[in-house]
Amino acid sequence: MKALMLGNEAVARALYEAGVTFVSSYPGTPSTEITEAVTQYEEIYSEWAPNEKVAFEAAFGACTGGARSFCAMKHVGLNVAADPLYTASYIGVNGGMVCAVADDPGMHSSQNEQDSRRHAIASKTPMLEPCDSAECLEFTKRAFALSEQFDTPFLLRLSTRISHSRSLTELGEREERPLRDYQRDPMKNVMMPAMARPAHLRVEKRMEALRQYAETSGINTVEYHDRRIGIIAAGAAYTYAREALGERASYLKLGMVHPLPVQLIAEFARQVGQVYVIEELDDIIETHCRKHGIPVIGKLLFPSCGEFSQKTVREALLGEERPALRFEAAPIPPRPPVLCAGCPHRGLFYALKKYKLYVSGDIGCYTLGASAPLSMLDTCVCMGASISGLHGYNTARGTEQAKKSVAVIGDSTFIHSGITGLIDIAYNRGISTVIVLDNSITGMTGHQNNPANGLTIKGDPTVAVDLEALARAVGIRRVTVVDPFDLEQVRRVVSEELKAEEPSLIISRRPCALLKTVKHSPPLAVDTAKCTGCKACLQAGCPALAVRTDSEGKHRAVIDPVQCAGCDICAKICRFGAIASTEKGGDR
Amino acid sequence: MAATNDKVKNILIVGVGGQGTLLASKLMGRVFVEDGFDVKVSEVHGMSQRGGSVVTYVRYGERVWSPVIEEGEADLIVSFEQLEAARWLPWLKPGGVLITSTQALDPMPVIMGAAAYPQGILPALESIGVQVTAVDALALAEKAGSAKAANVVLLGVTAGRMGYDRDKWQDAIRALVPPKTVEVNERAFALGYDAVIE
Repeated sequence: MKALMLGNEAVARALYEAGVTFVSSYPGTPSTEITEAVTQYEEIYSEWAPNEKVAFEAAFGACTGGARSFCAMKHVGLNVAADPLYTASYIGVNGGMVCAVADDPGMHSSQNEQDSRRHAIASKTPMLEPCDSAECLEFTKRAFALSEQFDTPFLLRLSTRISHSRSLTELGEREERPLRDYQRDPMKNVMMPAMARPAHLRVEKRMEALRQYAETSGINTVEYHDRRIGIIAAGAAYTYAREALGERASYLKLGMVHPLPVQLIAEFARQVGQVYVIEELDDIIETHCRKHGIPVIGKLLFPSCGEFSQKTVREALLGEERPALRFEAAPIPPRPPVLCAGCPHRGLFYALKKYKLYVSGDIGCYTLGASAPLSMLDTCVCMGASISGLHGYNTARGTEQAKKSVAVIGDSTFIHSGITGLIDIAYNRGISTVIVLDNSITGMTGHQNNPANGLTIKGDPTVAVDLEALARAVGIRRVTVVDPFDLEQVRRVVSEELKAEEPSLIISRRPCALLKTVKHSPPLAVDTAKCTGCKACLQAGCPALAVRTDSEGKHRAVIDPVQCAGCDICAKICRFGAIASTEKGGDR
Repeated sequence: MAATNDKVKNILIVGVGGQGTLLASKLMGRVFVEDGFDVKVSEVHGMSQRGGSVVTYVRYGERVWSPVIEEGEADLIVSFEQLEAARWLPWLKPGGVLITSTQALDPMPVIMGAAAYPQGILPALESIGVQVTAVDALALAEKAGSAKAANVVLLGVTAGRMGYDRDKWQDAIRALVPPKTVEVNERAFALGYDAVIE
């Protein structure tokens, strides 16, 4: 049977077919849908872990226990999981283990554009890279077989265009894999120096065996057409080249991107005229070719930044530009992403705006608070950095500064790696004020349950981390909960906590407006007789609100009743009482 | 000599995050698969979905390589919003068809007064020779029973404009939308289809 599947769904299908029984992941665009899709297969245990390191370790533990196991993460997630990865590579597997890592060239939804092939090289872990959904399924299954054959975890490199593109995929049946026996084996499984030294030797031998596999196994394929141009590429870049050049070039398509073959590439280079390496992000294939004395052209013509397309290849190799129509009647204003109407983060940010605080930011929907008109964040680095970063900033700049600064971090991010920063503050007698924006969900990645909301990946009830008790347990004595829609309460509590010469945790608690369980108030409406057109309400940065010129030429606020969630923030901002609930008889 | 696979048809679906472009592309993809084509659909998930400008690429033909559509390659642009139609115009192939909802949604820079929403977008597009089919998809969706079905109205318009057999699309709707919304969506599709067929 053939199905039109997302690359991510095809990976999930492969886990089912390969007899995988254990999956642990942390959400991260563009990798999230793999693990979401796994939940439909009852044969597979699946979970959201608190972070990628835990997910990797849990999956590795399952593999040590004899199961075929899997974890998925985005590129920056693999930085978090790098510690176990590098030593798991030394230990090898019992049941097969695959870790999918999804890169984001072009940074559709990421804070950097790092190339995960670097982690494969540095950790000496083999890596496969599919070019469409059919290969996502085929390569994932193959990676499990190879993982067991070569006694190593495998990495599967995805990218936004592979993960989030649908293409035709041939489905197969599940092959059950009985749990392998566990034999106690400290020489293999206990990595102390005495065991790790021989392990490293094994790893180097294994990489050589895998290189041989890359030469001859057929996972890397050669396709000869016109031999004047030879293209070496993998993944999405191969599809762009194949589209742009058709049969006007010959191709060496790499399915295994680490380790890379040597003779195969050298032979291909002998058979064709000029060899071009087309790779997004870093020059890894190109450097490998040069190291082995194979003359290729790569980054001389192709950028190291951003996402490619057939256009990139066409322009670089054929010098061919397509005519394009332009809309020149008026400038086209940009449309950046915004906090949704009814978003609880809006209330918190708006309430704090007038204090002109230093706001140490983090990764999540609330990162959008950096954009105008809220313009609230001073920093955004990586998961958890808001809290530890604030501690450093305040320690460097002194107590008075600490009274004018906060960290903002979501519930899921706080659990991921914010709690360790909070421990740093408490333990080292810092006085910083930390605000957890608890919206009861992992929002930006599309609504995943997390350890703080009391629901498992499948929506079943479980224990929820008690954030207040957790903060107290690590030594924070001042813990307060506020409602972000109550602007006065937020201001009062934040003022008090900033003054205090000890650390504070404020929990700004209100569930995400997009959750199906959240009941919205009726939409608000503008009383045009009272509205003066002052535009103060626009400072909320709400997409449901605008100021337009009416038939008499006067500026008046208008509210889109379809989008408005009735959160009341704009009504609280309005000094003229011009915005009210439609239930109270406002003028629609 | 054009290198691109010209037998492949390219449809760009553009709009504002939250307007239901993903369901539209999923339905479209299913119709083309059922008709025996090779199909690739590339979507946007994650951050830009939060009210930002979003684009989905739908490509079908004998063999589709790249999942993306580039400037000057789209045979058809289906826009859920006027400003987005103007923004993505460079993707239209000369002689291509642009279908747009007449809906206008202010982006944040316009809401804040930092930029102006361009006036007269549709006439401006026509004045440079673009074949524009504009429909009030929101009104038709409300007529069908839900403003949320504007995406399916636009699918109807698209199928009608392409002269595609309507039953195949109705089958896809029945297969992919939640059971409770099948009737509304079927009505929405028919209203869109008939709006351009007459």
